[in-house]
Amino acid sequence: MSLSKITNEELLSFLQTAFGESILEHNEAFGLMNVYVPATKAKEVVKWLKENETIKMGYLTNIAAIHYPDNKGAELEVIYQLHSLTNNVRLRVKSKLSIEQPEIDTIVDVFAGANWMERETYDFFGVIFKGHPNLKKILNMEDQDYFPMRKEYPLEDRTREDKDNRFFGR
Amino acid sequence: MAQLENDKPVDSINYGGEFQLTMLDKVIGAARANSLWPLPFATSCCGIAYMATMGSHYDLARFGMERMSFSPRQADLLIVAGTISKKLAPILKQVYEQMSEPKWVISVGACASSGGFFDTYSVLQGIDRVIPVDVYVPGCPPRPEQILDGVMNIQKLVRNESLRRRYSEEYKHLLSNYNIENDIKVK
Amino acid sequence: MIMEDIKKYNNSDIGAKRDTIDGETATLNLGPTHPATHGIFQNILQIDGETVLSSEQTVGYIHRAFEKLAERRPFHQITPITDRLNYCSAPLNNIGWQMTVEKLAGIEIPKRVQYMRVIIMELARMADHLVCTSVIGVDSGALTGFTWAFQLREQIYDIWEEVCGLRLTTNIGRIGGFERDFNPDFHKKLTEFLKTFSKAFEEYDALLSRNRIFMDRTIGVGPISGERALEYSFSGPNLRAAGVDYDVRVMNPYSSYEDFEFDIPVGTGGDTYDRFMVRQEETRQSLRIIKQAFENLPEGPYHADVPEFYVPRKDDVYNKMESLIYQFKIVMGETPIPVGEVYHSIEAGNGELGFYLTSDGGRTPYRLQFRRPCFIYYQAYPEMITGQSISDAVVTLSSLNVIAGELDA
Repeated sequence: MSLSKITNEELLSFLQTAFGESILEHNEAFGLMNVYVPATKAKEVVKWLKENETIKMGYLTNIAAIHYPDNKGAELEVIYQLHSLTNNVRLRVKSKLSIEQPEIDTIVDVFAGANWMERETYDFFGVIFKGHPNLKKILNMEDQDYFPMRKEYPLEDRTREDKDNRFFGR
Repeated sequence: MAQLENDKPVDSINYGGEFQLTMLDKVIGAARANSLWPLPFATSCCGIAYMATMGSHYDLARFGMERMSFSPRQADLLIVAGTISKKLAPILKQVYEQMSEPKWVISVGACASSGGFFDTYSVLQGIDRVIPVDVYVPGCPPRPEQILDGVMNIQKLVRNESLRRRYSEEYKHLLSNYNIENDIKVK
Repeated sequence: MIMEDIKKYNNSDIGAKRDTIDGETATLNLGPTHPATHGIFQNILQIDGETVLSSEQTVGYIHRAFEKLAERRPFHQITPITDRLNYCSAPLNNIGWQMTVEKLAGIEIPKRVQYMRVIIMELARMADHLVCTSVIGVDSGALTGFTWAFQLREQIYDIWEEVCGLRLTTNIGRIGGFERDFNPDFHKKLTEFLKTFSKAFEEYDALLSRNRIFMDRTIGVGPISGERALEYSFSGPNLRAAGVDYDVRVMNPYSSYEDFEFDIPVGTGGDTYDRFMVRQEETRQSLRIIKQAFENLPEGPYHADVPEFYVPRKDDVYNKMESLIYQFKIVMGETPIPVGEVYHSIEAGNGELGFYLTSDGGRTPYRLQFRRPCFIYYQAYPEMITGQSISDAVVTLSSLNVIAGELDA
């Protein structure tokens, strides 16, 4: 059941009119629209969505990242999920980044709440948010030299010797 | 008065009500056991289970623990309830070092005892890797009854501890395994 | 009087003033094991006398790598992980996660299960709010309320125990429904609870809500405006206390919340007292919802007919071939799960708890992100306490109900 006042199609046409070529792809998953934009444009799109008089996406639900090691050149995806409380419609804005240069502009000056979400994303995936006021690891120790949520790193601590892997099926 | 194990009178010889003879160990043991000042080091879920234990229904105060000592200096018993991450481990160790002798430690819950089901890169696999532990309470989280049982076990240990234990070579050896300095000087 | 001082201080340019106090500011370490933080997180306060000038937070002391752990667990084994997010109201997290998987797999849930879930979830909300409100009392010097609240919580624990056998980290329900139906003892205990709760709760409420000292300690303390709260992506009672009526139960109803009649309390000032009052009123509304759901509890099965997802009963596994096969398939991860990404959010004790699940069709999620309301709104804390006194900072912290497990994932 949807209580939205704007349909996803309308949302997409608004975005395509405003950004044209910058909307690289789009798809719909379980009622939520995914829109892919270039990393250089992501901030602009988010800011526009927030300030647009009709759409009013003034609520940043979360920022996430995801790692696809097999997508060469676009291993990391940064996902902004926005919510318009006025129109009750949600939208995901995604940007693909390469793992060699995982840089994207910060949106802290658009949404104050993005501060820690970006720090967490940096902590887990190593996405560098350019212009972030305090881009340090937040949950893990600051001297941790890797980004644990990337797929190549194991869940367990690699240095520990107290548990014998043979007994744990590893 | 109902004679619970905790209230067991100190072994003594009564000379017709005039005076009593007993051993200093036992008097001090009984005194310590029934007035432990716990320092709750509650980090996560087990902390809420511990709060329920402190609450009116289970009433930890029955065991002479009415006063929670949030300052480590005045605490006898460190109750570690909840996950200890590697980031937190040095802090736990510091709190332990700040406590004055004699001191005891209960590890409440699976996480504190062994890392529990968080076999991950960020979680310390048991607090006994940084500080010595006297009683382990299993459970995720343990029921308040289990925590009470752990406390009663600690009381048993406290009651029967020799006054010489903290000066012994074995105890020093134990602490040196954890790189903790023993501040007790043998005269 | 004090309020005026604070206002005066707020109006002065704190940043400029700080340099001119000729080194009179002090650094105070609030946490990580401070008794007033009720969890493990650190605030390094710069103070001038009693007034907080700035605050710097350190979190992550109980980071347990939930998200990485979830990538290694089959879907049905993630429910226990969600228990440990906001452990004051574990059933909310459990059911939220189950509904996410059901959304992904396209499982239709019988009406009875939805109503059962509403009862369990609203009990959890009450339990969560009771912890928070009583802790505000403890931190403002009224310890008595705490013992009342925990007594009420014990009753709720007893009710959960009848359904799942556990008190705190409940692991309640299964993907597709519940592990067992509500038994007669449950009916007895819940009826008793509904009958007696109001009286006990109003007594508890009377201890605090119109208490002169409590009001003086909380009104105007740690305020945040609705605009700023939205900027910081606040949700739940803390956002509603600031005057924004965003509630996921109404905005995007799940589990038949549209069938029930309840009010959404909102505050005006966004201060500690408002947060307290909103939570108290929500507790009453939760009771109202439970009554409606319990009275109109439909007949029917207690789980959806989805053998490929619903973990079968253990005695069936031993005695029925079909159940054994499905048990094997679920545990070995051989049930097909759709590829796709799904976001499902519920109104948890602290606000919008979201599960952003990306599935590649495998045995485990490819990526699971938790939208943890605590983590998001705790970053506004320095802004809320700047210019307030230390004791106000403590009360503000407890009124935000920051749960370390949810904060640090």
